Amino acid sequence: MKTHEWETPKAVAIPKENKEWEMGRYGPIWPKTPACYGFTIIADVKPGREAIVRQYGTTIAEALKGSPDLLAPLKLHYLRWVLFDNDTKFMYQGIFDTDFDKYTEDAVALFTLSGVNTVFENLVGFPEDWKTNTPAFIKFVREHQCNSFLEYGEYPYVSADEIKKALRLKAAFSEMLDQMQ
Amino acid sequence: MLELDDIQHYLLCRPRAIIAQYFFMSFDSADSGRKWVGALADKVGVAKSVLEAAETDLRWITLAFTYNGLKKLGVDEASLESFPDAYKQGMAARARMLGFTDYNHPDNWEDKITDPNLHATVILFARTQEEKQRCIDLHDQWLKENPGVNTLSTLVLEALPPYDYVHEHFGYRDRITTPVIEGMGITPSPGSMPPSKAGEFFLGYNDETGTMPALPQPVELSKNGSFLAYVKMKEHVGAFRDFLKANAATEDEQEFLAAKLMGRWRKSGAPLVLCPEKDDHELGWDEKRNNNFDFANMDPKGYACPVGSHIRRMNVRDNKVSQIMNRRLIIRRGGTYGPHLPEGAPEDGANRGIAVFAGCADISRQFEFLVSVWANDPEFAELGERDPFIGTQDGTFNMTIPKRPLKKTIKGLPAFTSVKGGAYFFLPGIKALHYLASLK
Ligand code: HEM
Repeated sequence: MKTHEWETPKAVAIPKENKEWEMGRYGPIWPKTPACYGFTIIADVKPGREAIVRQYGTTIAEALKGSPDLLAPLKLHYLRWVLFDNDTKFMYQGIFDTDFDKYTEDAVALFTLSGVNTVFENLVGFPEDWKTNTPAFIKFVREHQCNSFLEYGEYPYVSADEIKKALRLKAAFSEMLDQMQ
Repeated sequence: MLELDDIQHYLLCRPRAIIAQYFFMSFDSADSGRKWVGALADKVGVAKSVLEAAETDLRWITLAFTYNGLKKLGVDEASLESFPDAYKQGMAARARMLGFTDYNHPDNWEDKITDPNLHATVILFARTQEEKQRCIDLHDQWLKENPGVNTLSTLVLEALPPYDYVHEHFGYRDRITTPVIEGMGITPSPGSMPPSKAGEFFLGYNDETGTMPALPQPVELSKNGSFLAYVKMKEHVGAFRDFLKANAATEDEQEFLAAKLMGRWRKSGAPLVLCPEKDDHELGWDEKRNNNFDFANMDPKGYACPVGSHIRRMNVRDNKVSQIMNRRLIIRRGGTYGPHLPEGAPEDGANRGIAVFAGCADISRQFEFLVSVWANDPEFAELGERDPFIGTQDGTFNMTIPKRPLKKTIKGLPAFTSVKGGAYFFLPGIKALHYLASLK
C-alpha cells in the first residue's frame, strides 16, 4: 500500500531568516512547516491591564458561541492565548493553513468583529489607529513575531479542512453501516 | 457627498464609446510634463458633466500617472514617500508576488510598459472613428509644437463582432457585475453587494471601516483620486477553442465546459448557479436575476458553479471564505484589443486580448489580493489549482469540475492567456491635475 505524506511524522528546523523566502504583499512569508503556517506573538501587557486581558478570555469565547463560523476565512487549526511572567507578558500563537501575509486584512477585520482587538489594545506598542492603518498593524505583528526554530507535525501538512472531511467521511460510513444492519 | 465636479469620470460612468486608445507617455523634463498636464487638464472628463451629457459628448479623456511620473513632475520627496508601497514599487517589481511568473514574467511585457520613463497614461474614448482621429491629430500637433513629451506606445481597443453585446475574444459576455457606490442614486441589482462606501474607490472619503484612511500628501494632490492597476493579457483564442474541442464532443458540451470554467454561460452571461444545465438567454439579460445568487447556500459544493471557476474566485459570495468581500472590490474598466478571430478560423498568431484598468483605493488590499491569492494561490479553497483564465498555468495545474457521483478533473490545464503588460497609476482629481501642472 502507498504510504501517504501524513503517515510519517516530520520535523523541520527553521533558520532565523532566509533570503529565499517568498515576498508577500507586506514582507517575507514564513514557510509552511509540517505543523502548517503559524505565528507566535509575544508582547508586554500595559501595567495594570492584566485582569482586563484575562477577562477577555470569557468575552471572546462567548462571542464565538454566537457565530462559530466567524473565524472560518482564516483557516485556523488552533489559537493559544497565554499570560506569563506573573501576567506581565502575553503570548498569542496561531496555527493556520494559510499564510498570515495573504489574509492580513481579513484578520484585522475579524479581530474587530470578534473583540480580539480589545485584548491587543492592552499591549505595549500596539498602534492606536490599527483599524484603518493596516501597515501599522502589520508592523506590530512582524516586530513582535517570534519565529519557531523547530516545528514538528505528527501528521505533517494536513489541513483542518482535510481533517474535518476525513471525520465526516468516517461518520458517513458508520451511518451507512448502521443502515445496512 | 462625492465631489463629482472634481472626480474624473473614468470610474463613475462608462461613456457610450466603441473605440478607445491608450497612450503611454514620457516627459523629458518637469517643465515639459507640467505644461502637457496643464494643456490636457481642461479636456479631462469630469464625472458631473459626463454623467449629465454622456449622450451628447463625442470623446472622453482620462489622465493618470505612474510613481515615476509624479516624481518627474517634481512632487516633493515627503509627498512621494507618503504614497503606498505597492504604487511606489510598481507592478513589475511585484510581479513575483502577484504570481506573474514564468511566461507571464515582466521580461515578456510589451509596449515599453516597464520602461522607468513611463510617466503617464492617457485614455481616450471616442464615439466615432473620425472623432478619435481628430483628437489624436490635435494631440500630435500639440506634441510637435511642445517638444519634450513623448509617446512611448499606444494601444487601440475596439469592440468585437457581433456588436450587439459586449464580450471578449473567447466569446464570454462581460460587464455584467460592477460595484455600486453609495450616494450615486443607483440601487444594486438583487443579489449584488450593497453600495460601497466611496472611500473604497476614492481617496478622501470614509471606506467600509467607517473611517477615512490616512491620505497621501498633500491633500490637494490625493483628494478625489484613485489608483488604477493596468493589465494587458493576450488571449490564445486558438488554444482555447482547441481545448474545448479536445475535452468535449458536441457543441453543446463545449458550451457547457466553457461555462464551467467561467461560472457564467458564454453568450448570455447567465450564472450557472441559477441555470446549471442549459443556457437561459432571458435570465442572462435580466438584471433583476443575473446576480441574484450566492455560492454559500445555493451551491456550497460547486456542483453548478465550480469552486475554481473565474467568477467564483473573483467574487466568493460566501461568508466562510471572506467576511470582507466589501473590501476586495475593484471597478473594472477597459476592453479588447487586436483582431477578432472568426469562429472556425485557424489560429493566426495575432496579438489579441484584453487590456483593463482595475480601479480601487488600495492597490494591495483590492487588486493585488484578487490576483495573488484568489487567482494564483494554489491553496485557495484547497484546490491545488489556479484561475483558469488569469492564473499562471504552466501545465502542472488541474481544473476540478464537481459532479455527482464523481468529480471531473481536467488534467494539466493549458494557458489560455499571457500577461503582456502591467503598471500602477494614480488617477488624480481635477484640482490635483491643476496642482501638478502648477508645481514649481
Ligand atoms: C483574459 C482574461 C479575463 C477574462 C476572459 C475575464 C472574463 C470575465 C467574465 C466573462 C466575467 C463575468 C462578467 C461579469 O461578471 O461582469 C468576469 C468577471 C470578473 N472578472 Fe474577469 N476576466 C479576465 C481577467 C480578469 C482580471 C485580470 C481581473 C482582475 C483581478 C478580473 C476580475 C474579475 C472580477 C472582479 C469579476 C466580477 C466577478 C463577480 O463580481 O461576480 N478578471 N471576468
